[in-house]
Amino acid sequence: MSNYPNELKYTKDHEWAKKAGSNVVVGVTFHAQDALGAVVYVELPKVGATVKAHESFGVIESTKAVSELFAPISGKVTKINDAVVNNPGSVNDDPYASWLIEVEPTNAAEFDALLDQPTYVKSLEAAH
Amino acid sequence: MVDFAGWDMPVQYSGVVQEHELVRTGVGLFDVSHMGEIEFKGPGALEEANRLITNDLSKAADGQAVYAGLLNEKGTFVDDVVAYRFSPEHIFICVNASNADKDFAWMSQNAKKVKPVNRSDDYAQIAVQGPKAFALVQSLCGKSLEGVGTYRFTTGEVAGVPCIISRTGYTGEDGFELYCPPDKAEALWFALMDKGALPAGLGARDSLRTEMKYALYGNDIDDAHTPLEAGLGWIVKMDKADFIGKAALEAQKAAGIPRKLVGFELTEPGIPRSHYAILKDGQKVGEVTSGTMGPSIKKAVGIGYVPTALAAEGSTFHVEIRGRPVAARVVKTPFYKKA
Repeated sequence: MSNYPNELKYTKDHEWAKKAGSNVVVGVTFHAQDALGAVVYVELPKVGATVKAHESFGVIESTKAVSELFAPISGKVTKINDAVVNNPGSVNDDPYASWLIEVEPTNAAEFDALLDQPTYVKSLEAAH
Repeated sequence: MVDFAGWDMPVQYSGVVQEHELVRTGVGLFDVSHMGEIEFKGPGALEEANRLITNDLSKAADGQAVYAGLLNEKGTFVDDVVAYRFSPEHIFICVNASNADKDFAWMSQNAKKVKPVNRSDDYAQIAVQGPKAFALVQSLCGKSLEGVGTYRFTTGEVAGVPCIISRTGYTGEDGFELYCPPDKAEALWFALMDKGALPAGLGARDSLRTEMKYALYGNDIDDAHTPLEAGLGWIVKMDKADFIGKAALEAQKAAGIPRKLVGFELTEPGIPRSHYAILKDGQKVGEVTSGTMGPSIKKAVGIGYVPTALAAEGSTFHVEIRGRPVAARVVKTPFYKKA
């Protein structure tokens, strides 16, 4: 069943973000993995790379499709989740445990401007 | 649902990988009613059809089908087809949906005595594929299908629906393709589902055929490539009576085949996709025509045209993925072999 935790922030591009201390952890939503189907490949930036809000930071591929990953916020990559790179299917199993990157934000206001859970869920319903 | 040559078709029902596995281990149903059907009937039908295709219907038995190329004068593909020999006076040809109108116009223009009839609106088609397909179809058919071997066909009722029952497919698994009247297709579909078959979509159809290196028109074969380049020399019978494209193929054989369609696997992380460049020493030398992460083989594999010098098994090159060269190696195909 679809699942959108209340405590997360969301983007219209179907990424989620949550605070981890002063950093922000980023992944893709239930909807994203459901629309993609079986995820078979994930390409992430290197630790230390910079990402920019709304710009591509990597690629996620299913059997059939290639999709870009868009950064919810700007900042420097502090960690990447190698477990997901080695087992891409884990994104389907649990898109919220299978975080992709951790970012040290350069602009705190960007996080606050992300969608809250009810707004994101409403946008999904509107799209159907 | 996606638009496919004007037909609304499902990419997946439950999920591409599940449906793929279902066909490899059990039985899956594909609604392939979009495929076109063109018929030649009357005295001289066999000779007429045989002059249009590369394979040889005169060597086939009644009740046998052949995979063939439909070529233009340049020897390149108008389409790839399956031609069914009911009798020397009745040839039935299954063509790709996206090419049906073009094929019919081409055949009409080039037929001398026996004119083709476009029967595409008279047939729906359901492909029943997988190791359990035979038992499933047999359980709904009063007639024994034991004698209907690979690339053989018969006619009869399946679940009370009159069908052409063809032991063919596009998955690498055993199975049938059932041609039936469109108004009875739904009843047939649900009768097959009632016996435990589950539906599979275009996504699984593509990953299954890619693991077998079966060509898809528009991706791997087209009017820029000959069957000799596509590795389909076995469907070209140069020793039969004349056919359209034969002279061009003879000339290409004599001059040397410049490029070949190969199967390769990536030896570094990544997934090849159609239209990605194939590089050798940094220079573009070819293009990927199909690629996927094969669900059964658990490898990222692709199909593409490379210069003949790079076509041998073990040859190495790179595939350009998002600006990055990723190492690849030519391997034996089909990629998937039954355990």
